Parts: sequence; C-alpha cells; structure tokens
Amino acid sequence: MLVKGKKTLFQDFYFFETLTGMIITLKEFFFGTKVTISYPEERRQYSERLRGQHYIKATNGVENCTACMLCPTVCPSECIHIEAGERQDKEKYPKTFEIDILRCCFCGMCEEACPKDAIKLSTIMEMSTSYRPIYDRAFLSEQRGNK
Amino acid sequence: MTALEWYVTAGKIGLVIGLLMTVAPIMNWVERRGAAIIQNRVGPNRIGPFGIFQAIPDAIKFLFKEDSIPGHVNGFYYFIAPIIVLIPACMTFAVIPFGDPITIMGQTFKMQTADLNVGFLYIFAMASLGVYGLIIGGWASNNKFALLGSMRSSSQMISYELSLGLSVIGLVMVFSTVELGPMVQKQADVMWQLGPIAIPRWGIFIQPLGCLIFVIASFAEANRLPFDLPEGEPEIVGFHVEYGSMKFATFMMGEYMNMAVASGLIATLYFGGYQMLPGMGTLLDSLQLSPAAYMWSKLALQNISLAFKVGLFMWLFVWVRWTVPRFRYDQLMDLGWKMLFPLALLNVFITAVMIYLGWV
Ligand code: SF4
Ligand code: SF4
Repeated sequence: MLVKGKKTLFQDFYFFETLTGMIITLKEFFFGTKVTISYPEERRQYSERLRGQHYIKATNGVENCTACMLCPTVCPSECIHIEAGERQDKEKYPKTFEIDILRCCFCGMCEEACPKDAIKLSTIMEMSTSYRPIYDRAFLSEQRGNK
Repeated sequence: MTALEWYVTAGKIGLVIGLLMTVAPIMNWVERRGAAIIQNRVGPNRIGPFGIFQAIPDAIKFLFKEDSIPGHVNGFYYFIAPIIVLIPACMTFAVIPFGDPITIMGQTFKMQTADLNVGFLYIFAMASLGVYGLIIGGWASNNKFALLGSMRSSSQMISYELSLGLSVIGLVMVFSTVELGPMVQKQADVMWQLGPIAIPRWGIFIQPLGCLIFVIASFAEANRLPFDLPEGEPEIVGFHVEYGSMKFATFMMGEYMNMAVASGLIATLYFGGYQMLPGMGTLLDSLQLSPAAYMWSKLALQNISLAFKVGLFMWLFVWVRWTVPRFRYDQLMDLGWKMLFPLALLNVFITAVMIYLGWV
C-alpha cells in the first residue's frame, strides 16, 4: 500500500536523512560490538539440556537397554529400529539398534520414554556428514555425554 | 615520438590500467568487510591478514566455473556486452591527471595518460557509452526481465547524466577551462587566508551545491546504491540474470571501475585533484632536497594525495551503500528530474550572477 504523507522539502531531498543514517552506520563501524563469532574457533555456550547426537548409556560396560521397544513405539518419526535377542545371562538385549538420524527430529521422546535410562541425547550438535548415516549399535554404544 | 616518450606513455598506461584492475578485487574486499563491520558481523577473514586476499579464491572460482551460455540468447551480443561495459570504464581514467608535469632529460611530460583538450567532455562521452553494454546485455539475454532491467538502467542514466553535466558547468564557468590539468592547477590558489590556515580554491568551496549534485548523480551513474535499480541484486531482477561465471564478474569489475572513475572525478573536480594534502607541502620544503629528488618526491606525494582522496570517495560509495536503502523507481525519477535537475540549473544561474558581480 502506498501511503502518501506530507513531507517537508528537506525530507524530500533525502539529504539530511541520509546524513543522519550515515552517522549511525559510522558509529556502528567504529563502536559496534560484533554479534557473530568466527564459528569453528569460537563457540557459543549451549544449554546442558541441548538434545543432540544419541547414545546408549552403559553400566559397567553393558548397555542398559533391554529392547523393551518403548522408544520405537513413542518415536514420532519412526526412525528407531530394534531387533531383540537374548544374551548369555538370559537378559533381553538389542541385537541391532539403528537410528535413521536424518529422520530424527530430536524431540527427545525416546529419552523420556526409556524405563532403563538407556537411550540418551548428548549435547553434541555437529553431526553433518556427506552420506546418509544410520547410527548402528556400535556407534550408539560410544559413551558421549554425561546425561 | 622519441623512444623516451614511448616508454613514458607506456608506463603511464600500464600504471593506470594496472591500478584500475587492482581496484576491483580490493574494493570487493573493502565492500564485504566494510558491510560486515557496519552490520556488526565479522565478515571474510580467512584468507590472508584480515581476509585481504579473499578476492583471489573468488577470482579462481569465477574463472573455473562452467561458462554456460543459455540456448535462447543472441550469442554475439551476449558475448560482447560485458566487454562494452568494461572498456569505457578503463578508458575514462585516461584524462584524470595524477601529478604536476615532470621533466626527464629536458623533456616535459604531463602526468596524465591522454592530455585531451576536450577534457572531461571525453569522460562524459565515455561514461555514457557504458550504458550500451547494459542495454545490449539485457537485449541479447532474450529475457523480458533482463530487458526491463536494462530499460530501467538506461532511463536512469539519461536522467542523471543531465544533472551530472549541468552541475559541472558551474565549475567550467569559474575556471574557464574544460581541461582537467589546468583545472587542478587553478585549484591550488588560495581563496581565503584564515590566519595560518589557507583555504584553497577547491571546487567544493566554490561550488558546494554543484559538488553535492555531482556526487549524487555520479552515484546514479555508477549504478550504486541507493540507485542500483539496473541490477538490484537482492530482490528485483537486473539486466545480468542470464550471465554467469567470468562474464558476470566482468560486469562487476566494470561497476567497480566506474566507481573508481567517479571517485577520481569527484576528487579531481571538487577536491583539488592531486594537490597535496595539508602538511605535505611543508614537509617537502623542510627536507631541502636536490631539484631532481624534489621533483620525484613531489610527484610521489601528489600521487599519494590523489590516491588518498580517491580512496576516501570509494569508501563513501561503500558507506552510503550500507546506509541507504534503494529508491523506488518513481522516487528515483522524482529526485532526478524534480530536485537535482532544477537545482543544477539554479547552480548555473547563481554561479553566473556571482561571476558577474565578481565574487568568485
Ligand atoms: S529424538 Fe524423537 S525422533 Fe529422534 S529418535 Fe528419539 S523419539 Fe525418535
Ligand atoms: S526404551 Fe530404552 S530400554 Fe526400551 S528399547 Fe528403547 S532404549 Fe532400550
């Protein structure tokens, strides 16, 4: 919509308005503080509760997961795939545990649903790759985080 | 011409062309870095100290990109349009003097690539040739948006060329010459003596209004913001939509060279050209050099002064670019025809009256 307001002659010439603006930009040039950072060298402090790359928590070298299938059920993106098996000590365990990370929306529902405190979302958020990654059990068993 | 004259001429041409060619990459960096700092960002800072060599990977990228020519364009005109933009921009700088005449082996050489007696009329002629590049580029692209972009540019250039030409007429009336060399020499005279500070007869002090109009109109001539309607990178489609890789880079180089020429003209016409900056003359006299050394160091100081002034105006271009948003098309035409054109006429009138009364 074109709003036609009354303008004075000075405003019509734009000159003084431009000068005022130029003084503002010059101030920013000399005294402005940077709002961006040089990313890989400097990093921002993120929240401890950031939901990032998954891992399966282990106790004494054995993963907590009992393949109860609660997380694949609750996952809204349906990106967790588990095949259950039986361990030597008659415990149920996930034979395969895969997360199609490109489908994951990092909602954290799996973490909340897990009764065994097994699946966790760490604070790692640099996950870009040049291929389509499926996180398998070996990868997820790496302990990366303090949750 | 003797051998010496050939050498000197070749040297001058090499200097001017070489400087103009380096202006584009350097200004590219200044512009991006300056924009970043004004907008509170960091900007390109990876390659070289402060990212100053950023232009080198840029150029390599442009050179090695696929030079695809769309199937629907007119091949010949599509090819020559960037060249037509670039060449007048290179040629225009020829008449801008960059030092007092010097004497080598009894021969006097003017520090000006081409000493034409038509002076800056040549510059206006060359500057208006640049618009053909834009029009041909838009037309050959065979794309209606590109064509509309080049139509915008041509009407803009014609509108602002009038004010540009008229604003200089005041200066011609005062100095009664169109040649840039004598004009710069006349600007060295002292206008007023305020105690120890001498106010020189620089164009800005004689023709403040004319200077303002000239600066604004040269922004429009160089297609810079706030008047960059011909290209309009962010939102409106410009004349070079169909161009890519090095052809596009050539258009950009032409733009930066136009900027350099405009800055050179502003410095030469209104800010004393190569006249030394305050303090430099005193410094030179206090050194007590032999005549030859005096001549050369004077030339060097004059070149530095001109480079400093030109650099200042280049920075002005960048600074304004990141301050003022683009004009709407009707605002652009209003400003050109309803404000600048009458003001330029008024300036001619006032100058005539002042000369009649003997004030300048
Ligand atoms: S974070 Fe959400 S989407 Fe990702 S695996 Fe867990 S439940 Fe599924
Ligand atoms: S909810 Fe926990 S215990 Fe159950 S399958 Fe998932 S990770 Fe394993």
